[in-house]
Amino acid sequence: MNPLLLEVIVVVLGIVLLMLEAFVSKSDKTFLAWIGIGGLFAVLVASFFTVPVPADAPYAAFYTTDALAMFFKRFSLLATILVLVMGIDYAPTVEKFVPGASKGAGVGEFLSLPVLTCAGLMWMVSAVDFIAIFVSLELVTISFYVLVAYMRRSATCLEAGTKYLILGALSTGFIVFGITWIFGVTGQTNLAAIATVLPQLPASASAALLFGLGLVLISLGFKIAVFPFQFWVPDVYQGAPTPITAFLSVGSKAAGFVVLVRVLTPFLQDETIGAKVAGVLAVITGATLLFGNLAALPQKNFKRLMSYSSIAHAGYLLMAVTSIGVAVAEPAISFYLAAYLAMTFLAFLVMALVASAVGGDDLSNFNGLARRSPWLAGAMLVAMLSLAGIPFTVGFLGKLYIFEVALSAQHYWLVGIGALTVACGFYYYLQIVRAMYWMPAAENAAAVPVSMTSRITMAALAIAIFVFGIYPQPILSMLG
Amino acid sequence: MDLPSPLLFLTLLPLVGALCVMLGSPARFTSRLFSTALLVLTLGLLVKYNPSEGAYDFVSEWVVSSSLGISLSFGADGLSLAMLLLSAIVTVSAVWAIPPIKERENLFYACVMLISAGVVGAFSCTDVLFFYAFHEIALIPTFLLIGIWGSGDRQAAAWKATIYLGLGSFVLLLGIIAVYLKLPEGMRTFSMPDWQDAAAAGFLPVPAWAYWLLVIGFGTLISLFPFHSWAPQAYACAPTPAAMLHAGVLKKFGLYGMLRIVVPIFPTEMQVQFLNIFLVLLCGNILYIGLVTIAQKRLDWMLGYSSVMHMGYIFLGIAGLNELSLSGAAVLMVAHGLSIAALFALCGVLRERTGTLEFVQLGGLAKPMPRLGLLFGFAAMASVGLPGFANFPGELMVFFGAFGSGNAFGEGFHFSAIQIATVVAVWGVVISAVYMLRAYRSVFFGSMPEKWAGLADVATIPRYAVILLVVALLIIGFYPQLMLGYIAPSLLLP
Repeated sequence: MNPLLLEVIVVVLGIVLLMLEAFVSKSDKTFLAWIGIGGLFAVLVASFFTVPVPADAPYAAFYTTDALAMFFKRFSLLATILVLVMGIDYAPTVEKFVPGASKGAGVGEFLSLPVLTCAGLMWMVSAVDFIAIFVSLELVTISFYVLVAYMRRSATCLEAGTKYLILGALSTGFIVFGITWIFGVTGQTNLAAIATVLPQLPASASAALLFGLGLVLISLGFKIAVFPFQFWVPDVYQGAPTPITAFLSVGSKAAGFVVLVRVLTPFLQDETIGAKVAGVLAVITGATLLFGNLAALPQKNFKRLMSYSSIAHAGYLLMAVTSIGVAVAEPAISFYLAAYLAMTFLAFLVMALVASAVGGDDLSNFNGLARRSPWLAGAMLVAMLSLAGIPFTVGFLGKLYIFEVALSAQHYWLVGIGALTVACGFYYYLQIVRAMYWMPAAENAAAVPVSMTSRITMAALAIAIFVFGIYPQPILSMLG
Repeated sequence: MDLPSPLLFLTLLPLVGALCVMLGSPARFTSRLFSTALLVLTLGLLVKYNPSEGAYDFVSEWVVSSSLGISLSFGADGLSLAMLLLSAIVTVSAVWAIPPIKERENLFYACVMLISAGVVGAFSCTDVLFFYAFHEIALIPTFLLIGIWGSGDRQAAAWKATIYLGLGSFVLLLGIIAVYLKLPEGMRTFSMPDWQDAAAAGFLPVPAWAYWLLVIGFGTLISLFPFHSWAPQAYACAPTPAAMLHAGVLKKFGLYGMLRIVVPIFPTEMQVQFLNIFLVLLCGNILYIGLVTIAQKRLDWMLGYSSVMHMGYIFLGIAGLNELSLSGAAVLMVAHGLSIAALFALCGVLRERTGTLEFVQLGGLAKPMPRLGLLFGFAAMASVGLPGFANFPGELMVFFGAFGSGNAFGEGFHFSAIQIATVVAVWGVVISAVYMLRAYRSVFFGSMPEKWAGLADVATIPRYAVILLVVALLIIGFYPQLMLGYIAPSLLLP
């Protein structure tokens, strides 16, 4: 079956969900999430029975289905399924902050829109032409504008939505402007065509080319949240509904990194400007690592902590991106992102449950969790260990792989910064462990109620973290 | 895949024990059962192993990632079996000596068993990455043990130790990756024997900075001067079993790594290029830390510093790089592990009884607690290096080996650097006699404050737990050949 069909099915699924929400008069809208989960799961299974797009297909110039694209299509599907699972438990909170005439108003769209976002993400990871990249990027970004600002009675949520909207629109401007410069110099929008044109360009063209690439980098830097384009991250992550925060920090970031890899590869491998691009990237990487990790140290709010941690992880991923010109970095990036998906979603799942039971997402809300809900605390412990990079978790192997690539590319000073920031990571991730295990619980604190769906999902993620942390070969084989 | 190695079961024993305890089986009983089974199985392996060849036995391999060259491979030779025996004895002693835990007993025991699983796994693995990974398991249980059940300024101690060790082991990991990347492409593997073979065959051109990454990484874990400052505080504040396992066994992971990875791969760096710097550092351990130890005013801090100081002798043995000095280092690793574990166990009993460990407040305790006093005397004498205890042959071999490795009185009748370091180290014996005997006197002899008159002596089970350690010290002390027969054939000489 043609892999293009996957996106088509997902789009249709999203529209069907919206229709159902409009025409089925059931007050409990969570059945939409179940349909969405079922449909996406079917697509996930179907993705293993696709044949690659033939090279002479009319759309092959802007749509690819290489191993990277297929891997991240599945990645996006999985992330969206997890968002919907989180959304089911989060529905009461959404209801509270969305005014409506009937009970359950607003929940339906909240559970349908991520499916459409997923279609955008799946297209984005296949895009190999600047036009396709731009359109799919917009599809993703616009649906996120809605989702981030969804709970319109919550002031922080609206603040987050406004910030995301304004900065997102600004970054869109940057990428369009950058594309025109690159098109002006090379006469191409297709990345493969650009790669063949690059060596023939006169030396005088490289300034304009670098300027255009710089503009594109600014826009993508906003997407993946790297220094100095990370200012929106803490506020938006804190204000957005928790499932959307997780979606932003995993789905949007991963697709952004795939696009970054695809866009940068021809430039990094170019002999004349490759070193310059790598130099700029290395500076951004070092700054991102330092900023993300150092700013995470004093955080007292879990979502803010996770937002700085997501900046920090973008830094580690950039270490591998910087090495693209000299080493094989793609598998390391993909593996790290897969690890990042498991551990981030696990952390956010636990956090959403605790926050809705205790009524806040500060670190102090986790005090004594190990006594109240030992399993929940155990799941969070696994997520934190993996994020910190303790062996036998998939996060450790991800870091190992990234640092191996960076060392073989001889980015010694980046590796040095990375080693220091890993130690910082121990501190702030263990802050949560400290709250859960050291601190006494607040008085009259009861066990956190956990639904069966969340239970199964969390167990699956925790097991995946350990299994792939010991036996990574299945993921590595999928990367080709 | 063949029949899985018995070492896999050995590693799984404490791990499964920890899991059972976490899942709610009776903590004390389960841990005692699993730790005793660990010791029995280890002794069985020691009997079954044929030490004369020095080859790896009980080998099994399971490829985890063919593209990265990682495999979960087990295998043990005489040296690893000696370390496994040390781990098993200290685990048994630590678990059985645990006093009644008032709150969250299961978590406590699970943490102790996890530390044990980490060291057992590390000493049974022949894959560098898993060797490293197993050691790291211990990091989080240590953090929890010190943070929840520690004494004194436990929070600061827990943070300091965790971040110090986390950073140190990451530096170590970078060193490991650096060596890995120097293997010819297509042959990249994390297999320890392959590394040793490649180094012996001469196609492992590792740059000198990788040597420093490994030495600083391992050195932090071992508490090599000046990367030691986490250790005394962590040991002083940790609950007794954590201090016993950490100072007794976990630290030996780094030394084992030095013997297994650094010595075979960096013979010239060790022997010639950076020998002098290394000697200065280890003299820092012996002299500087030795003097700091004398200045301590509390028993737990003194023991913590003394354990840092004694690492200097083992480093000297490693620096000597001949069969005598390396065997001495290995014997001393076992001996120090046993003696410091016994000391921390008794120190824990004291703290529990009196609530203070300050020398000025204690005194004359041999009267109400004669058995404790006697056992402490044994362990302290072992630690000082009195003949008859395992530490004595170890130190002797280290001194003779290290002294002999410098070309004595070669040209112009002068001492080489390592000989001067050996002379300094011998003075260290005097230093450790000073602080140990002073501590012994001020705790157990002299005038006793009235309030200690009714103190109960050490209880039966903890007493036997310490006796186990002391007996092991005596056996090796009187018949070191027993240990050397295992260790010497499997040492890798440059």
